[in-house]
Amino acid sequence: MIPLSYILILSAFLFACGVLCIATKRNAIGILMGVELVLNAANINFVAFARYVPGFQMDGQVFAVMVIVLAAAEAAVALAIILNFYNNRNTVDVDEANQLRG
Amino acid sequence: MTLDLALFVVLASVIAASAIGVVVAHTIVRSAVFLLFTLIGVAFLYFLIGAEFLGAAQLIVYVGGTLVLLVFGGMLTSGGPFQTLRVRRLEWLFGGFVALAIFAALAQVSLALGQRPTTDAPLPPGAGPLGVAFLTSHLLPFEIVSVHLLVVLVGAAYLARTRKRAALGSEDSASRRNGGTP
Amino acid sequence: MLSTLDQYLPHAVAIVVAAGVAALVVFAFIGAAAFLFIWGERKVSGRIQDRLGPTRVGKFGLLQSLADGIKLVTKEDFVPAGSDKFLFRIAPFVAFCAAFTGFIALPFAQGVVAQPLNVGAFFVLAVLSSEVFGVLLAGYSSANKWSLFGGVREAAQVVSYEIPRSLCVLVPVCIAGTLNLNTIATQQEGFFWNWYVFHDPFTFVAFFVFFIVATASCKRAPFDLAEAESELVAGFLTEYSGMRWSYFFLAEYASMFAMSALASILFLGGWHSGLLPFEPATAFGAILGNLVDVGVFILKGSALVVVMMWMRWSLPRLRIDQVMSTCLEYFVPISCGLLVGVCVWQLYVPSAVAEGTKYVLAFGSLAFAAITLVAAAKTRPTPQHSGAFAKP
Repeated sequence: MIPLSYILILSAFLFACGVLCIATKRNAIGILMGVELVLNAANINFVAFARYVPGFQMDGQVFAVMVIVLAAAEAAVALAIILNFYNNRNTVDVDEANQLRG
Repeated sequence: MTLDLALFVVLASVIAASAIGVVVAHTIVRSAVFLLFTLIGVAFLYFLIGAEFLGAAQLIVYVGGTLVLLVFGGMLTSGGPFQTLRVRRLEWLFGGFVALAIFAALAQVSLALGQRPTTDAPLPPGAGPLGVAFLTSHLLPFEIVSVHLLVVLVGAAYLARTRKRAALGSEDSASRRNGGTP
Repeated sequence: MLSTLDQYLPHAVAIVVAAGVAALVVFAFIGAAAFLFIWGERKVSGRIQDRLGPTRVGKFGLLQSLADGIKLVTKEDFVPAGSDKFLFRIAPFVAFCAAFTGFIALPFAQGVVAQPLNVGAFFVLAVLSSEVFGVLLAGYSSANKWSLFGGVREAAQVVSYEIPRSLCVLVPVCIAGTLNLNTIATQQEGFFWNWYVFHDPFTFVAFFVFFIVATASCKRAPFDLAEAESELVAGFLTEYSGMRWSYFFLAEYASMFAMSALASILFLGGWHSGLLPFEPATAFGAILGNLVDVGVFILKGSALVVVMMWMRWSLPRLRIDQVMSTCLEYFVPISCGLLVGVCVWQLYVPSAVAEGTKYVLAFGSLAFAAITLVAAAKTRPTPQHSGAFAKP
């Protein structure tokens, strides 16, 4: 049996990597990948608790399925926005998205 | 060291190494390949924990759908072949510091949580009970998610269309009617 | 096997050994299957084009694949300058691993499966759909416009065809009430009218839709837009040579067989021959019965693979816009309708009508097949059609 804390530390590591990815990448698609990493980290936690906490078995899995579905939806919308931005500005560098600065 | 633990160590090192790869890769498609390995590793971690349905769902939705979309987007929006991503050193320092702080905080919480007694509960319920739960006790979130997916479908199609699409579309259908190649 | 090994080895070692043996068996099966299918493809294409196909190496040219293999191994392992070398090198392995992993959950007979999974059907679909990654990476990393076009076409095609494919798999799953492939096949025991393809009109249509869509997702002609050799040189394969090229071929033939095997489990009764009212594994003893079962299963899968080859050499290739509109305008609505239809059929049609439909469909198809065969046997080639071998 795998100790619960090992799985939680793995998910913490994935979360930190996701945050670093979001912080350092300028490419909008790179940022999207960081978000996917963060969501996966959260999902690992849900599934781990579903495995080890008796009262949370069903809820944990339901949460994880919801997160997977919403992550797919988020990626689709974000990609649509990025493609639209690319059509207008010919780049996906998020530093260029400064039209609202005035 | 039991077999479960050994398998977990192997999987965890693959997941962690490829997560680092996502962060430090130079081109966007290489990042996506490392993300592919991370996601597959996480799917097999679900299989190892005993959540078979979630593992398969992770494979089909993330690997077969979302990630292909991401690579597709990366290819469509890259200015030239193998365009590299540049990161300033200061950004590495600052971002690395924040990430390390978050990791330290979360790891401490995880260790504290691991001290609590957990029971080796029976394997989490499979696809059948999960489906029943979606249609009985968790019906409201299920319905909200399905409506949300419909909204996303329409919204993404609306956002991604180009302004000139109307003109192009009629031209295309005209050429198809004439039997010519577009 | 695990329980036998458990007597001699510690439990953990036994599990590892059993897993290794299962992986070896699957690998050997894929290798042997690809070996024979490549020979079969050349023979089929030769006969369809009024040629003989390979005849020189071995009896009937059976060893042609071996000769080809030796040629491929000795070729230079070439990586084009200016390509992304790391991605170029791993792309064939990504494609092959995806096809290989699909076999892990495929039951070849009652309980003869590398890893029994409760979500087997879902798992096989999920794993086979990630084969697209190898193609996409190969297309991108070659730094070649033709390759890139091939890869992007493949991505668009596979992501779209995944939807009708999953919906068609759901049709028999709705009847079976489980995703476990072993249970689904066991439910179709007995004579051939118990197969799910004859269960009701919706599954009957779903089988053909699934087979066409599966052909498209294996990127086989008439849907082989990714390597359309008349437009894109060789598509994503343009820059590949030697062993790496042959890994793509292994992956293609492996996924063809996996798709056909999935179709035969879901619709055609799996390892049941359809001619015996009992289960061979219980009647003939475990070893002989299971051998019969595995033989029937492989025969069914190979028959469907041969149909895929027949389609490839008979039909012209579609254009990319035709491929996309076929999927999104026809197959997606049809498969949605089939899914709704099968649920309604399960709920509201009285059992007498359902039983009758089963026999009508089964014997109707049998009669249709017999009439077609007789008509085809009676047809004699007219001189202007018989081509090269016609005497002047």
